[in-house]
Amino acid sequence: MDVGRLFAIAIGAILINNFVLKRFLGLCPFLGVSKQLDSALGMGFAVIFVMTMASIVTFGIYHYVLVPYHIEYLRTIAFILVIATLVQFVEMVIEKTSPGLYRSLGIYLPLITTNCAVLGVAVLNIDKTYSFVETLVHGFSAGIGFTVALLLMAGIRERLELADIPESLRGVPIAFIVAGLMSIAFLGFAGLAAE
Amino acid sequence: MSGVVLYSVISLTAMGAAFGLGLALAARKFAVERDERVEKIEAMLPGANCGGCGYAGCIGFARALVEGKASPYDCAPSGIETANAIADLLGLQKVEKTPRVAVVACRGGKRVPTKITYGGVRTCQAVTLLADNLRECPYGCIGLGSCVEVCPFDAIKIIDDVAVVEDEKCTGCGMCVEACPKQIISLVPKTKKVRIACSSHDRGKAVKAICDVGCIGCGLCAKNCPVGCIEMQDNLAVIDYERCINCGICAAKCPTKSIIDKVSHRPKVLIDSKCTGCGECKKVCKFNAIEGEPGERHKVILEKCIGCGLCGDVCPEKAISIAGALGHQSEN
Repeated sequence: MDVGRLFAIAIGAILINNFVLKRFLGLCPFLGVSKQLDSALGMGFAVIFVMTMASIVTFGIYHYVLVPYHIEYLRTIAFILVIATLVQFVEMVIEKTSPGLYRSLGIYLPLITTNCAVLGVAVLNIDKTYSFVETLVHGFSAGIGFTVALLLMAGIRERLELADIPESLRGVPIAFIVAGLMSIAFLGFAGLAAE
Repeated sequence: MSGVVLYSVISLTAMGAAFGLGLALAARKFAVERDERVEKIEAMLPGANCGGCGYAGCIGFARALVEGKASPYDCAPSGIETANAIADLLGLQKVEKTPRVAVVACRGGKRVPTKITYGGVRTCQAVTLLADNLRECPYGCIGLGSCVEVCPFDAIKIIDDVAVVEDEKCTGCGMCVEACPKQIISLVPKTKKVRIACSSHDRGKAVKAICDVGCIGCGLCAKNCPVGCIEMQDNLAVIDYERCINCGICAAKCPTKSIIDKVSHRPKVLIDSKCTGCGECKKVCKFNAIEGEPGERHKVILEKCIGCGLCGDVCPEKAISIAGALGHQSEN
Protein backbone atom coordinates (compact mmCIF):
# COMPACT_ATOMS: atom_id res chain seq x y z
CA MET A 1 0.00 0.00 0.00
CA ASP A 2 1.85 3.09 -1.12
CA VAL A 3 0.63 6.63 -1.23
CA GLY A 4 1.52 6.88 -4.90
CA ARG A 5 -1.11 4.29 -5.83
CA LEU A 6 -3.75 6.04 -3.76
CA PHE A 7 -2.87 9.33 -5.44
CA ALA A 8 -3.17 7.68 -8.84
CA ILE A 9 -6.59 6.33 -7.90
CA ALA A 10 -7.72 9.78 -6.77
CA ILE A 11 -6.50 11.54 -9.91
CA GLY A 12 -8.00 8.77 -11.97
CA ALA A 13 -11.43 9.15 -10.42
CA ILE A 14 -11.43 12.94 -10.45
CA LEU A 15 -9.97 13.74 -13.84
CA ILE A 16 -9.08 10.84 -16.09
CA ASN A 17 -12.15 8.70 -15.54
CA ASN A 18 -14.48 11.43 -14.32
CA PHE A 19 -17.76 9.75 -13.46
CA VAL A 20 -19.93 12.19 -15.32
CA LEU A 21 -17.82 13.28 -18.24
CA LYS A 22 -15.98 10.06 -18.98
CA ARG A 23 -18.05 7.22 -17.62
CA PHE A 24 -21.39 8.98 -18.28
CA LEU A 25 -22.82 8.01 -14.90
CA GLY A 26 -25.13 10.28 -12.93
CA LEU A 27 -26.13 12.39 -15.92
CA CYS A 28 -29.59 13.06 -14.52
CA PRO A 29 -28.51 15.32 -11.63
CA PHE A 30 -25.65 16.62 -13.79
CA LEU A 31 -28.20 18.29 -16.07
CA GLY A 32 -30.96 18.70 -13.49
CA VAL A 33 -29.11 20.43 -10.67
CA SER A 34 -26.58 22.42 -12.67
CA LYS A 35 -28.60 25.56 -13.21
CA GLN A 36 -27.20 27.44 -10.22
CA LEU A 37 -23.82 27.30 -8.54
CA ASP A 38 -25.29 27.25 -5.02
CA SER A 39 -27.49 24.22 -5.47
CA ALA A 40 -24.79 22.50 -7.53
CA LEU A 41 -22.40 22.88 -4.61
CA GLY A 42 -24.98 21.46 -2.18
CA MET A 43 -25.64 18.51 -4.44
CA GLY A 44 -21.91 17.98 -4.87
CA PHE A 45 -21.28 17.76 -1.14
CA ALA A 46 -24.19 15.39 -0.67
CA VAL A 47 -22.84 13.12 -3.41
CA ILE A 48 -19.31 13.14 -1.99
CA PHE A 49 -20.68 12.12 1.39
CA VAL A 50 -22.97 9.41 0.11
CA MET A 51 -20.35 7.99 -2.29
CA THR A 52 -17.77 7.69 0.46
CA MET A 53 -20.24 6.09 2.86
CA ALA A 54 -21.60 3.77 0.18
CA SER A 55 -18.07 2.63 -0.72
CA ILE A 56 -17.34 1.74 2.88
CA VAL A 57 -20.58 -0.14 3.53
CA THR A 58 -20.74 -1.99 0.22
CA PHE A 59 -17.14 -3.07 0.72
CA GLY A 60 -18.16 -4.67 3.99
CA ILE A 61 -21.31 -6.25 2.59
CA TYR A 62 -19.50 -7.69 -0.41
CA HIS A 63 -16.48 -9.11 1.34
CA TYR A 64 -18.14 -10.31 4.54
CA VAL A 65 -21.58 -11.40 3.32
CA LEU A 66 -21.67 -12.06 -0.41
CA VAL A 67 -18.22 -13.59 -0.91
CA PRO A 68 -18.31 -16.11 1.99
CA TYR A 69 -21.66 -17.49 0.77
CA HIS A 70 -20.64 -17.39 -2.92
CA ILE A 71 -23.58 -15.25 -3.92
CA GLU A 72 -21.60 -12.45 -5.61
CA TYR A 73 -24.15 -12.36 -8.41
CA LEU A 74 -26.52 -10.60 -5.97
CA ARG A 75 -24.25 -7.60 -5.63
CA THR A 76 -26.33 -5.22 -7.77
CA ILE A 77 -29.54 -5.67 -5.82
CA ALA A 78 -27.70 -5.82 -2.51
CA PHE A 79 -25.85 -2.59 -3.26
CA ILE A 80 -29.03 -0.82 -4.29
CA LEU A 81 -30.57 -1.92 -1.01
CA VAL A 82 -27.56 -0.64 0.90
CA ILE A 83 -27.43 2.69 -0.89
CA ALA A 84 -31.14 3.36 -0.49
CA THR A 85 -31.00 2.55 3.21
CA LEU A 86 -27.88 4.61 3.65
CA VAL A 87 -29.34 7.68 1.99
CA GLN A 88 -32.48 7.39 4.10
CA PHE A 89 -30.42 7.07 7.23
CA VAL A 90 -28.14 9.95 6.33
CA GLU A 91 -31.17 12.09 5.63
CA MET A 92 -32.60 11.33 9.07
CA VAL A 93 -29.35 12.03 10.86
CA ILE A 94 -28.75 15.29 9.03
CA GLU A 95 -32.30 16.42 9.65
CA LYS A 96 -31.88 15.80 13.35
CA THR A 97 -28.38 17.07 13.87
CA SER A 98 -28.08 19.89 11.37
CA PRO A 99 -31.37 21.37 10.18
CA GLY A 100 -29.51 24.09 8.28
CA LEU A 101 -27.56 21.61 6.17
CA TYR A 102 -30.70 19.49 5.77
CA ARG A 103 -32.60 22.42 4.38
CA SER A 104 -29.84 23.37 1.96
CA LEU A 105 -29.42 19.77 0.73
CA GLY A 106 -33.15 19.20 1.01
CA ILE A 107 -34.50 17.63 -2.14
CA TYR A 108 -31.10 16.55 -3.45
CA LEU A 109 -30.50 13.90 -0.83
CA PRO A 110 -33.39 11.60 -1.89
CA LEU A 111 -32.34 12.18 -5.50
CA ILE A 112 -29.02 10.51 -4.81
CA THR A 113 -30.76 7.27 -3.87
CA THR A 114 -31.37 6.52 -7.50
CA ASN A 115 -28.13 8.03 -8.75
CA CYS A 116 -26.34 5.41 -10.85
CA ALA A 117 -22.98 7.07 -10.16
CA VAL A 118 -23.18 5.89 -6.54
CA LEU A 119 -23.93 2.34 -7.61
CA GLY A 120 -21.21 2.71 -10.20
CA VAL A 121 -18.62 3.53 -7.55
CA ALA A 122 -19.60 0.51 -5.48
CA VAL A 123 -19.46 -1.85 -8.43
CA LEU A 124 -16.18 -0.44 -9.75
CA ASN A 125 -14.56 -0.86 -6.33
CA ILE A 126 -15.33 -4.56 -6.52
CA ASP A 127 -14.37 -4.96 -10.17
CA LYS A 128 -10.96 -3.37 -9.61
CA THR A 129 -10.41 -5.48 -6.46
CA TYR A 130 -9.49 -2.44 -4.40
CA SER A 131 -8.45 -2.81 -0.80
CA PHE A 132 -10.43 -1.04 1.91
CA VAL A 133 -8.31 2.13 1.93
CA GLU A 134 -8.29 2.22 -1.86
CA THR A 135 -12.06 1.83 -1.86
CA LEU A 136 -12.34 4.74 0.54
CA VAL A 137 -10.11 6.98 -1.58
CA HIS A 138 -11.83 5.94 -4.78
CA GLY A 139 -15.31 6.64 -3.40
CA PHE A 140 -14.30 10.02 -2.05
CA SER A 141 -12.49 11.08 -5.24
CA ALA A 142 -15.37 9.92 -7.39
CA GLY A 143 -17.58 12.29 -5.40
CA ILE A 144 -15.06 15.08 -5.87
CA GLY A 145 -14.97 14.37 -9.61
CA PHE A 146 -18.76 14.52 -9.77
CA THR A 147 -18.76 17.82 -7.87
CA VAL A 148 -16.09 19.32 -10.10
CA ALA A 149 -18.05 18.43 -13.22
CA LEU A 150 -21.28 19.73 -11.70
CA LEU A 151 -19.71 23.02 -10.62
CA LEU A 152 -18.05 23.61 -13.99
CA MET A 153 -21.35 22.93 -15.71
CA ALA A 154 -23.29 25.20 -13.34
CA GLY A 155 -20.79 28.03 -13.86
CA ILE A 156 -21.10 27.74 -17.61
CA ARG A 157 -24.88 27.50 -17.52
CA GLU A 158 -25.17 30.60 -15.35
CA ARG A 159 -23.30 32.49 -18.03
CA LEU A 160 -25.31 30.87 -20.79
CA GLU A 161 -28.41 32.48 -19.30
CA LEU A 162 -27.20 35.84 -20.56
CA ALA A 163 -25.66 34.65 -23.80
CA ASP A 164 -27.21 35.29 -27.16
CA ILE A 165 -28.17 31.75 -28.16
CA PRO A 166 -30.27 30.82 -31.21
CA GLU A 167 -33.84 30.34 -30.03
CA SER A 168 -34.09 26.67 -30.93
CA LEU A 169 -31.01 25.86 -28.83
CA ARG A 170 -31.94 27.75 -25.66
CA GLY A 171 -32.25 25.84 -22.40
CA VAL A 172 -31.61 22.12 -22.34
CA PRO A 173 -30.29 21.67 -25.92
CA ILE A 174 -27.37 24.03 -25.37
CA ALA A 175 -26.74 22.31 -22.01
CA PHE A 176 -26.38 18.99 -23.82
CA ILE A 177 -23.97 20.51 -26.32
CA VAL A 178 -21.93 22.02 -23.49
CA ALA A 179 -21.88 18.67 -21.69
CA GLY A 180 -20.59 17.02 -24.85
CA LEU A 181 -17.85 19.61 -25.30
CA MET A 182 -16.83 19.30 -21.66
CA SER A 183 -16.63 15.55 -22.06
CA ILE A 184 -14.35 15.95 -25.07
CA ALA A 185 -12.23 18.44 -23.13
CA PHE A 186 -11.85 15.95 -20.28
CA LEU A 187 -10.56 13.40 -22.78
CA GLY A 188 -7.40 15.49 -22.69
CA PHE A 189 -6.70 14.16 -19.20
CA ALA A 190 -6.47 10.63 -20.58
CA GLY A 191 -2.78 11.20 -21.20
CA LEU A 192 -2.08 11.98 -17.53
CA ALA A 193 -1.54 8.35 -16.60
CA ALA A 194 -1.78 4.97 -18.16
CA GLU A 195 -4.26 3.08 -16.05
CA MET B 1 -27.21 -25.34 -6.38
CA SER B 2 -30.01 -25.27 -3.85
CA GLY B 3 -27.45 -23.94 -1.39
CA VAL B 4 -26.94 -20.83 -3.52
CA VAL B 5 -30.68 -20.21 -3.73
CA LEU B 6 -31.07 -20.74 -0.03
CA TYR B 7 -28.18 -18.46 0.84
CA SER B 8 -29.45 -15.80 -1.56
CA VAL B 9 -32.92 -15.83 -0.10
CA ILE B 10 -31.71 -15.88 3.47
CA SER B 11 -29.05 -13.22 3.08
CA LEU B 12 -31.24 -10.82 1.08
CA THR B 13 -34.14 -11.29 3.49
CA ALA B 14 -31.85 -10.81 6.43
CA MET B 15 -30.29 -7.72 4.92
CA GLY B 16 -33.66 -6.26 4.03
CA ALA B 17 -35.03 -6.99 7.48
CA ALA B 18 -31.94 -5.62 9.20
CA PHE B 19 -31.92 -2.43 7.16
CA GLY B 20 -35.65 -2.00 7.60
CA LEU B 21 -35.38 -2.50 11.34
CA GLY B 22 -32.37 -0.21 11.50
CA LEU B 23 -34.22 2.51 9.62
CA ALA B 24 -37.29 2.12 11.80
CA LEU B 25 -35.19 2.44 14.94
CA ALA B 26 -33.27 5.35 13.46
CA ALA B 27 -36.51 7.03 12.52
CA ARG B 28 -37.61 6.83 16.12
CA LYS B 29 -34.27 7.92 17.53
CA PHE B 30 -33.80 10.77 15.11
CA ALA B 31 -37.44 11.77 14.95
CA VAL B 32 -37.78 15.49 14.48
CA GLU B 33 -40.82 17.05 16.01
CA ARG B 34 -42.64 18.68 13.19
CA ASP B 35 -45.39 21.16 13.64
CA GLU B 36 -48.20 19.73 11.58
CA ARG B 37 -49.68 23.19 11.25
CA VAL B 38 -46.83 24.06 8.89
CA GLU B 39 -48.00 21.48 6.38
CA LYS B 40 -51.63 22.46 6.80
CA ILE B 41 -50.87 26.11 6.23
CA GLU B 42 -48.64 25.33 3.28
CA ALA B 43 -51.51 23.46 1.67
CA MET B 44 -53.73 26.50 2.12
CA LEU B 45 -51.25 28.95 0.60
CA PRO B 46 -51.32 29.54 -3.16
CA GLY B 47 -48.11 27.59 -3.75
CA ALA B 48 -46.83 30.04 -6.32
CA ASN B 49 -43.60 30.54 -4.34
CA CYS B 50 -43.58 34.13 -5.54
CA GLY B 51 -41.55 35.40 -2.60
CA GLY B 52 -43.71 38.50 -2.25
CA CYS B 53 -43.93 37.92 1.51
CA GLY B 54 -40.15 38.11 1.85
CA TYR B 55 -39.68 34.44 2.74
CA ALA B 56 -38.18 31.67 0.63
CA GLY B 57 -41.31 30.26 -0.93
CA CYS B 58 -44.61 29.25 0.60
CA ILE B 59 -43.01 26.68 2.92
CA GLY B 60 -40.74 29.32 4.39
CA PHE B 61 -43.71 31.60 4.90
CA ALA B 62 -45.73 28.81 6.53
CA ARG B 63 -42.86 28.15 8.92
CA ALA B 64 -42.58 31.84 9.78
CA LEU B 65 -46.34 31.95 10.38
CA VAL B 66 -46.23 29.11 12.88
CA GLU B 67 -43.27 30.70 14.63
CA GLY B 68 -45.28 33.89 14.85
CA LYS B 69 -42.78 35.90 12.80
CA ALA B 70 -45.20 36.69 9.99
CA SER B 71 -48.81 37.65 9.62
CA PRO B 72 -51.19 35.71 7.33
CA TYR B 73 -52.01 39.01 5.73
CA ASP B 74 -48.46 39.40 4.43
CA CYS B 75 -49.36 36.99 1.63
CA ALA B 76 -51.07 39.09 -1.00
CA PRO B 77 -51.89 36.31 -3.50
CA SER B 78 -53.83 34.16 -1.01
CA GLY B 79 -56.60 36.70 -0.66
CA ILE B 80 -58.62 37.69 2.33
CA GLU B 81 -60.54 34.41 2.84
CA THR B 82 -57.44 32.26 2.94
CA ALA B 83 -55.68 34.71 5.22
CA ASN B 84 -58.66 34.65 7.58
CA ALA B 85 -58.72 30.86 7.53
CA ILE B 86 -55.02 30.76 8.43
CA ALA B 87 -55.56 33.33 11.17
CA ASP B 88 -58.32 31.04 12.50
CA LEU B 89 -55.98 28.06 12.47
CA LEU B 90 -53.30 29.94 14.36
CA GLY B 91 -55.75 31.65 16.67
CA LEU B 92 -54.77 35.11 15.51
CA GLN B 93 -56.80 38.27 15.33
CA LYS B 94 -58.47 38.73 11.96
CA VAL B 95 -57.62 41.91 10.13
CA GLU B 96 -59.48 43.76 7.46
CA LYS B 97 -57.27 44.17 4.43
CA THR B 98 -58.06 45.67 1.11
CA PRO B 99 -56.79 43.69 -1.86
CA ARG B 100 -54.42 45.63 -4.03
CA VAL B 101 -53.28 45.47 -7.62
CA ALA B 102 -50.14 46.64 -9.35
CA VAL B 103 -50.48 49.70 -11.55
CA VAL B 104 -47.94 50.81 -14.12
CA ALA B 105 -47.78 54.60 -14.12
CA CYS B 106 -46.86 55.04 -17.78
CA ARG B 107 -48.68 54.87 -21.07
CA GLY B 108 -45.87 56.13 -23.27
CA GLY B 109 -44.22 53.20 -25.06
CA LYS B 110 -44.29 53.54 -28.83
CA ARG B 111 -45.73 57.05 -28.54
CA VAL B 112 -42.38 58.29 -27.26
CA PRO B 113 -39.51 58.63 -29.76
CA THR B 114 -36.54 56.30 -29.23
CA LYS B 115 -33.31 57.70 -27.88
CA ILE B 116 -30.80 54.95 -28.61
CA THR B 117 -30.41 51.82 -30.70
CA TYR B 118 -29.89 49.10 -28.15
CA GLY B 119 -28.32 45.69 -28.75
CA GLY B 120 -27.36 44.68 -25.24
CA VAL B 121 -28.82 42.40 -22.60
CA ARG B 122 -32.59 42.49 -22.86
CA THR B 123 -33.50 43.49 -19.33
CA CYS B 124 -34.77 46.80 -18.02
CA GLN B 125 -32.04 46.82 -15.35
CA ALA B 126 -29.28 46.62 -17.96
CA VAL B 127 -30.82 49.45 -19.95
CA THR B 128 -31.16 51.60 -16.85
CA LEU B 129 -27.50 51.14 -16.01
CA LEU B 130 -26.30 51.78 -19.52
CA ALA B 131 -28.49 54.50 -20.93
CA ASP B 132 -31.21 55.28 -18.39
CA ASN B 133 -33.93 54.62 -20.94
CA LEU B 134 -34.45 53.43 -24.50
CA ARG B 135 -36.81 56.29 -25.24
CA GLU B 136 -36.62 60.02 -24.75
CA CYS B 137 -38.66 60.06 -21.53
CA PRO B 138 -36.31 59.35 -18.60
CA TYR B 139 -39.20 58.33 -16.34
CA GLY B 140 -41.18 56.02 -18.58
CA CYS B 141 -41.56 52.27 -18.97
CA ILE B 142 -38.60 50.71 -20.80
CA GLY B 143 -40.80 47.91 -22.06
CA LEU B 144 -38.32 45.01 -21.96
CA GLY B 145 -40.48 43.21 -19.44
CA SER B 146 -38.40 42.71 -16.31
CA CYS B 147 -41.73 42.87 -14.49
CA VAL B 148 -43.21 40.24 -16.82
CA GLU B 149 -40.32 37.93 -15.96
CA VAL B 150 -40.86 38.08 -12.22
CA CYS B 151 -44.66 37.98 -12.23
CA PRO B 152 -45.62 34.52 -10.90
CA PHE B 153 -49.21 34.96 -12.04
CA ASP B 154 -48.75 35.88 -15.67
CA ALA B 155 -50.62 39.10 -15.04
CA ILE B 156 -48.38 41.55 -16.92
CA LYS B 157 -48.07 41.93 -20.65
CA ILE B 158 -46.02 44.26 -22.79
CA ILE B 159 -48.37 46.00 -25.16
CA ASP B 160 -46.86 48.55 -27.56
CA ASP B 161 -43.68 48.61 -25.45
CA VAL B 162 -45.47 49.42 -22.19
CA ALA B 163 -46.16 47.02 -19.34
CA VAL B 164 -49.88 46.58 -18.76
CA VAL B 165 -51.29 44.80 -15.70
CA GLU B 166 -54.42 42.70 -15.92
CA ASP B 167 -56.37 43.53 -12.78
CA GLU B 168 -58.18 40.19 -12.71
CA LYS B 169 -54.97 38.16 -12.66
CA CYS B 170 -52.92 40.45 -10.43
CA THR B 171 -52.81 39.41 -6.79
CA GLY B 172 -50.85 42.37 -5.52
CA CYS B 173 -47.82 40.37 -4.42
CA GLY B 174 -45.54 43.26 -5.31
CA MET B 175 -42.79 41.35 -7.12
CA CYS B 176 -42.99 43.66 -10.13
CA VAL B 177 -42.84 46.73 -7.91
CA GLU B 178 -39.40 45.64 -6.77
CA ALA B 179 -38.25 44.45 -10.17
CA CYS B 180 -38.97 47.71 -12.01
CA PRO B 181 -35.78 49.76 -12.16
CA LYS B 182 -37.80 52.84 -13.09
CA GLN B 183 -39.97 52.41 -10.01
CA ILE B 184 -43.12 53.24 -11.90
CA ILE B 185 -45.15 50.30 -10.62
CA SER B 186 -47.08 50.73 -7.41
CA LEU B 187 -49.76 48.86 -5.51
CA VAL B 188 -53.17 50.48 -5.51
CA PRO B 189 -56.36 49.32 -3.76
CA LYS B 190 -58.27 47.13 -6.17
CA THR B 191 -61.47 49.10 -5.70
CA LYS B 192 -59.85 52.36 -6.78
CA LYS B 193 -60.30 52.43 -10.51
CA VAL B 194 -59.07 55.91 -11.35
CA ARG B 195 -55.30 55.96 -11.58
CA ILE B 196 -52.48 58.25 -12.58
CA ALA B 197 -50.72 56.80 -15.62
CA CYS B 198 -47.59 58.90 -15.83
CA SER B 199 -44.44 59.19 -13.75
CA SER B 200 -42.79 62.17 -15.37
CA HIS B 201 -41.60 64.96 -13.12
CA ASP B 202 -40.55 67.06 -16.09
CA ARG B 203 -42.15 70.39 -16.79
CA GLY B 204 -45.11 70.56 -19.13
CA LYS B 205 -43.22 71.74 -22.18
CA ALA B 206 -40.60 69.01 -21.97
CA VAL B 207 -43.24 66.34 -21.50
CA LYS B 208 -45.41 67.63 -24.33
CA ALA B 209 -42.44 67.52 -26.71
CA ILE B 210 -41.92 63.76 -26.35
CA CYS B 211 -45.16 62.21 -25.13
CA ASP B 212 -48.79 63.00 -25.82
CA VAL B 213 -50.12 61.05 -22.83
CA GLY B 214 -47.76 62.43 -20.19
CA CYS B 215 -48.68 64.49 -17.16
CA ILE B 216 -47.82 68.11 -17.92
CA GLY B 217 -48.40 69.18 -14.35
CA CYS B 218 -51.25 71.55 -15.17
CA GLY B 219 -53.07 70.76 -11.93
CA LEU B 220 -56.54 70.70 -13.47
CA CYS B 221 -57.23 67.36 -11.84
CA ALA B 222 -56.25 68.64 -8.40
CA LYS B 223 -58.45 71.72 -8.82
CA ASN B 224 -61.45 69.68 -9.93
CA CYS B 225 -61.24 66.79 -7.48
CA PRO B 226 -64.40 67.00 -5.34
CA VAL B 227 -62.73 65.43 -2.34
CA GLY B 228 -59.36 67.10 -2.80
CA CYS B 229 -57.44 63.87 -2.91
CA ILE B 230 -55.13 64.87 -5.76
CA GLU B 231 -52.01 66.79 -5.02
CA MET B 232 -49.40 68.15 -7.40
CA GLN B 233 -45.98 66.91 -6.35
CA ASP B 234 -43.02 68.06 -8.40
CA ASN B 235 -45.02 68.53 -11.61
CA LEU B 236 -46.86 65.26 -11.27
CA ALA B 237 -50.39 64.56 -10.04
CA VAL B 238 -50.53 62.15 -7.12
CA ILE B 239 -53.78 60.53 -5.96
CA ASP B 240 -54.36 59.77 -2.31
CA TYR B 241 -56.18 56.48 -2.82
CA GLU B 242 -57.44 56.49 0.76
CA ARG B 243 -59.73 59.38 -0.02
CA CYS B 244 -60.42 58.85 -3.74
CA ILE B 245 -64.08 58.15 -4.46
CA ASN B 246 -63.68 56.90 -8.03
CA CYS B 247 -65.68 59.80 -9.38
CA GLY B 248 -63.53 60.02 -12.49
CA ILE B 249 -63.75 63.78 -12.84
CA CYS B 250 -59.97 64.10 -12.91
CA ALA B 251 -59.73 61.63 -15.80
CA ALA B 252 -62.36 63.60 -17.71
CA LYS B 253 -60.61 66.91 -17.06
CA CYS B 254 -57.06 65.76 -17.82
CA PRO B 255 -56.03 67.41 -21.10
CA THR B 256 -53.43 64.75 -21.95
CA LYS B 257 -55.39 61.72 -20.74
CA SER B 258 -52.62 60.76 -18.38
CA ILE B 259 -55.20 59.67 -15.81
CA ILE B 260 -57.01 56.45 -16.63
CA ASP B 261 -60.55 55.80 -15.55
CA LYS B 262 -61.12 52.05 -15.51
CA VAL B 263 -64.70 52.32 -14.32
CA SER B 264 -66.79 50.70 -17.00
CA HIS B 265 -70.19 51.51 -15.62
CA ARG B 266 -71.15 54.29 -13.25
CA PRO B 267 -74.30 53.56 -11.30
CA LYS B 268 -76.79 56.17 -10.18
CA VAL B 269 -77.96 56.79 -6.68
CA LEU B 270 -81.60 56.22 -5.72
CA ILE B 271 -83.42 57.75 -2.76
CA ASP B 272 -86.34 55.67 -1.54
CA SER B 273 -89.45 56.48 0.53
CA LYS B 274 -87.63 56.21 3.85
CA CYS B 275 -86.20 59.68 3.13
CA THR B 276 -87.15 62.21 5.80
CA GLY B 277 -85.77 65.17 3.92
CA CYS B 278 -83.05 65.95 6.43
CA GLY B 279 -80.86 67.35 3.66
CA GLU B 280 -77.62 65.68 4.75
CA CYS B 281 -77.16 64.13 1.34
CA LYS B 282 -77.68 67.42 -0.40
CA LYS B 283 -75.01 69.01 1.74
CA VAL B 284 -72.44 66.32 1.09
CA CYS B 285 -73.01 65.96 -2.66
CA LYS B 286 -70.12 67.52 -4.57
CA PHE B 287 -72.00 67.65 -7.82
CA ASN B 288 -75.28 69.34 -6.78
CA ALA B 289 -77.01 66.21 -7.99
CA ILE B 290 -79.58 66.08 -5.19
CA GLU B 291 -82.50 68.46 -4.91
CA GLY B 292 -85.48 68.74 -2.60
CA GLU B 293 -87.06 70.92 0.08
CA PRO B 294 -86.25 70.26 3.74
CA GLY B 295 -88.70 67.79 5.21
CA GLU B 296 -89.69 66.34 1.86
CA ARG B 297 -88.37 63.34 -0.01
CA HIS B 298 -85.26 64.38 -1.95
CA LYS B 299 -84.60 63.53 -5.58
CA VAL B 300 -81.49 62.68 -7.52
CA ILE B 301 -80.77 64.56 -10.72
CA LEU B 302 -79.63 61.60 -12.75
CA GLU B 303 -77.68 63.64 -15.31
CA LYS B 304 -75.47 65.06 -12.61
CA CYS B 305 -75.05 62.01 -10.37
CA ILE B 306 -71.82 60.12 -10.94
CA GLY B 307 -72.53 57.35 -8.44
CA CYS B 308 -69.72 58.26 -6.07
CA GLY B 309 -71.84 57.15 -3.14
CA LEU B 310 -70.83 59.92 -0.72
CA CYS B 311 -74.51 60.55 0.10
CA GLY B 312 -75.13 56.91 0.98
CA ASP B 313 -72.57 57.13 3.75
CA VAL B 314 -74.18 60.10 5.48
CA CYS B 315 -77.88 59.23 5.14
CA PRO B 316 -79.14 58.62 8.70
CA GLU B 317 -82.22 56.74 7.42
CA LYS B 318 -80.31 54.46 5.07
CA ALA B 319 -82.68 55.57 2.38
CA ILE B 320 -80.07 55.82 -0.36
CA SER B 321 -79.15 52.82 -2.48
CA ILE B 322 -76.14 52.70 -4.72
CA ALA B 323 -76.14 49.19 -6.05
CA GLY B 324 -72.73 48.14 -7.29
CA ALA B 325 -71.23 51.53 -6.69
CA LEU B 326 -67.48 51.68 -6.73
CA GLY B 327 -65.54 51.66 -3.55
CA HIS B 328 -68.76 51.12 -1.61
CA GLN B 329 -69.50 47.56 -0.71
CA SER B 330 -72.58 48.42 1.30
CA GLU B 331 -75.88 48.48 -0.53
CA ASN B 332 -78.00 50.12 2.10
